[in-house]
Amino acid sequence: MEIIPGITINHYLIVSSILFSIGALGVMIRRNAIIMFMCIELMLNAVNLLLVAFSKQWSDTSAQVLVFFIMAVAAAEVAVGLAILMMIYRNARTTDTEVLNKLKW
Amino acid sequence: MERLAQIIPFIPLAGFLLIGLSAGTLSKKASAWIASGAILLAFFFTVPLFFHIQQTQLAIEVKLFDWIKTGPFDAGVAFLVDELSVLFMLVITGIGFLIHLFSVGYMKDDPGFRRYLSFLNFFIFFMLLLVMGNNLLVTFIGWEGVGLCSFMLIGFWYKEHANNEAAKKAFVMNRIGDLGFLIGIFIIYQYFGTLDFTKFLNVDAITASGISAGMITVLTISLFIGATGKSAQIPLFTWLPDAMAGPTPVSALIHAATMVTAGIYLVARTNILFSMSPDTLQVVIWIGIATSLIASVIGIYQNDIKKVLAYSTVSQLGLMFVALGLGAYTAAVFHVITHAVFKALLFLGSGSVIHAMSGEQDIRKMGGLSKVLPVTHITFLIGTLAIAGIPPLAGFFSKDEILAAAFEGKIVVWVLAVAVSLMTAFYMFRLYFLTFKGKFRGSESQAAHLHESPLNMSVPLIILAGLSIVAGWIGFPHALGKELGIDHGLAHFLQPVLGGHESHLSLSTELGMMGLITGLVILVIWICYNRFVKNAYVPASDENTAESGFSGWAGKKFYVDELYDKIFLRPFNRIGLLFDQFIEHKLIDGIVRGIGQSVSWSGGKIRFIQTGNVGFYLLVFVLALVLMLILISL
Amino acid sequence: MSPSTYVFWFLTFVAIISALNVVLTKNAVYSVLSLIVTFFAIAGHYFLMNAQFLGIVHIMVYAGAIMVLFLYVIMMLNLNETFETNKDTFFHIAAVVSAGLLMVTMIGAFAKTDIQMQAMADNSNIGYLEELGKVLFNEFLLPFEIASVLLLAAMVGAVYLSKKEIKD
Repeated sequence: MEIIPGITINHYLIVSSILFSIGALGVMIRRNAIIMFMCIELMLNAVNLLLVAFSKQWSDTSAQVLVFFIMAVAAAEVAVGLAILMMIYRNARTTDTEVLNKLKW
Repeated sequence: MERLAQIIPFIPLAGFLLIGLSAGTLSKKASAWIASGAILLAFFFTVPLFFHIQQTQLAIEVKLFDWIKTGPFDAGVAFLVDELSVLFMLVITGIGFLIHLFSVGYMKDDPGFRRYLSFLNFFIFFMLLLVMGNNLLVTFIGWEGVGLCSFMLIGFWYKEHANNEAAKKAFVMNRIGDLGFLIGIFIIYQYFGTLDFTKFLNVDAITASGISAGMITVLTISLFIGATGKSAQIPLFTWLPDAMAGPTPVSALIHAATMVTAGIYLVARTNILFSMSPDTLQVVIWIGIATSLIASVIGIYQNDIKKVLAYSTVSQLGLMFVALGLGAYTAAVFHVITHAVFKALLFLGSGSVIHAMSGEQDIRKMGGLSKVLPVTHITFLIGTLAIAGIPPLAGFFSKDEILAAAFEGKIVVWVLAVAVSLMTAFYMFRLYFLTFKGKFRGSESQAAHLHESPLNMSVPLIILAGLSIVAGWIGFPHALGKELGIDHGLAHFLQPVLGGHESHLSLSTELGMMGLITGLVILVIWICYNRFVKNAYVPASDENTAESGFSGWAGKKFYVDELYDKIFLRPFNRIGLLFDQFIEHKLIDGIVRGIGQSVSWSGGKIRFIQTGNVGFYLLVFVLALVLMLILISL
Repeated sequence: MSPSTYVFWFLTFVAIISALNVVLTKNAVYSVLSLIVTFFAIAGHYFLMNAQFLGIVHIMVYAGAIMVLFLYVIMMLNLNETFETNKDTFFHIAAVVSAGLLMVTMIGAFAKTDIQMQAMADNSNIGYLEELGKVLFNEFLLPFEIASVLLLAAMVGAVYLSKKEIKD
């Protein structure tokens, strides 16, 4: 069944996977905590996109409600997360995760 | 009737829980009433059961609940009340009650009075479980339970180190026997697929199982090893004399009347299997007679009133095994019953004597007690006559039946058994004369304290004495009985379980044999009288027993304990030491420490993976996720 | 191919390219701007799938609020491209390879999964605000209220955390 003419759920699965992988790649290779945070948002959105696609596929509103809640949670997360980053920067004068590596052996 | 059978064992259990859990809040009087009342109630419940079975001749089977039910194995908590077990139940509850009654007087000043009574009740519960179990597992629970109670009661005065040693010895020796019993149970399950008595104790089941004759021998020998542990036979008999460390009523109940007959019960219960293995029967006969002989010889040289009775018990148990080995199962059970009665009487009598002597047990320090202890004296004399085998007292009939079976079976065994019964007469009358006749040899303070026991102690003695006189009449000798028209009631009653064992001796042989033995016993008593009363011979005290030769050997119990020490204990200690040093410290500790060290070492290396770099963590995380997805997809 | 198919491919292309730009560009501000473009593309997807309400909320929340917040923080911290030095190349290669592996295996796993293709009763209205509101305020009323508490808590937390410490 096509979600929109000519496009099936499989297309969305692939697009979401690609976006998700790019987000993961960003978290892995970037050192700046703020950019990493942004990449996490990207991964979250890849999942959201897929949820909406599935919602359309099965004509089920619940998935869209779930996306709505994810957005609310993401907003809260960003607010608190950025506040924490501010605190870190204020204390350590950096947001570089290579420098912020005290939590180890 | 089934309802009765269901609750009988749980009455003593309730008594145990009530007294045991009240933690001393009950008064001594109340706990005495509860303990004795529970056993009396159990006795009253057993009596109608007995008459019911006598009339219907049908065994009662009751199943309380499923216990272990896995696959083909099904063992429930189930009771079987048939002719054999109901007889044992009567003995256990009846004599048990009298001994409880006696105990109340005997132990009334002991600080552990309630603990003592609760243990006694607990013991009765397990003993009933043992004889009532409808499968070997329930019997085994009872078997272990009575061992536990025996352990607790031998070591009842736990502040004396020697008592604890004796308790430990009894327990360990019983364990060795229990292993044999367990192996027997395993073999039975292996071949029959069930442990229910009713399912494997018949000829059809045995032929259907395809068990070989050799295997039956192994099986019965295993069971017999179990029996030697509980019933104090060679080689596991040394614990019983030491078990006299417990209170005297305990010796009467556990180590004379009931628990030690569990081995006889086991063999009698599985008599079909034993009958199918002639080799095992030979072993049983020879072990029985050897135990009997050795124990009587040692008994002659003992000076402790309870030790004499203990060796006498061992020797009588040996005679019972002889009867079992000869296939005269009825005679063995008969002797169990009569022996329970008169040996309980003798032990309680000795308890009464010890009570009067303020705890003195050495017969060299007694003498002339007949004047101060008239009731104890008369009842003790009756017991002594009964065990010596003077007609028409109880011991005569049962011993005669065993001797008759031996006479028919093996003449050598008969000769030895006659020797045993003569020695029995000798050491029992030696004990009697030294205790009650002659002059008093104790200290002044003991003489001043001498007193007859109170009523609740003398009443059991009188009842047991009466029983010792009449108990033998339930099994009148075959030939004589036929002539006089008196049935052998016991054999008739036990026929469904133990099968018939008709004596084929002619009337004249039987009468001649009885006359011969009675005459010999009277001769022995006369010798005893001459030696200990007329000549007032008293065995030398321990300090100047430089006695060498046979009597010295026998006085030291043939050094059996020392022999066991040399043969078993020392090598085991050596091996233990070896294992301790090499296996334990080098191997096991090495492995344990090695595991710890390797974890610590690898932890030290692996922890560098934790770099503190979030990106690296995610990398590992992603790789693991990929791996998982691949594994799932595969 | 219908026009909506062209739109799908265009939006997908924009989303992926700008997402890559988020990851690869050195400048943090460019990263943020690229991410905004990505979000707009995703919102376009939402509209394409007839989920108008979510699309609007997405633009408002992400592009409007969250990304502004990011920009604001970057401005405050005054980050620039010289800030970030390269990680070592081996690690870069490993990260790229593992991300590629992740993508391949995810797609492979999805391909193996048997997604039921039969449709429910086709209701093209589900994305409209009216339909969504009915579900949200009937079935999901309690989570909705709890979400408000969560946002309040986040707000209080953010204010508390970013407040200047009082030196004592």
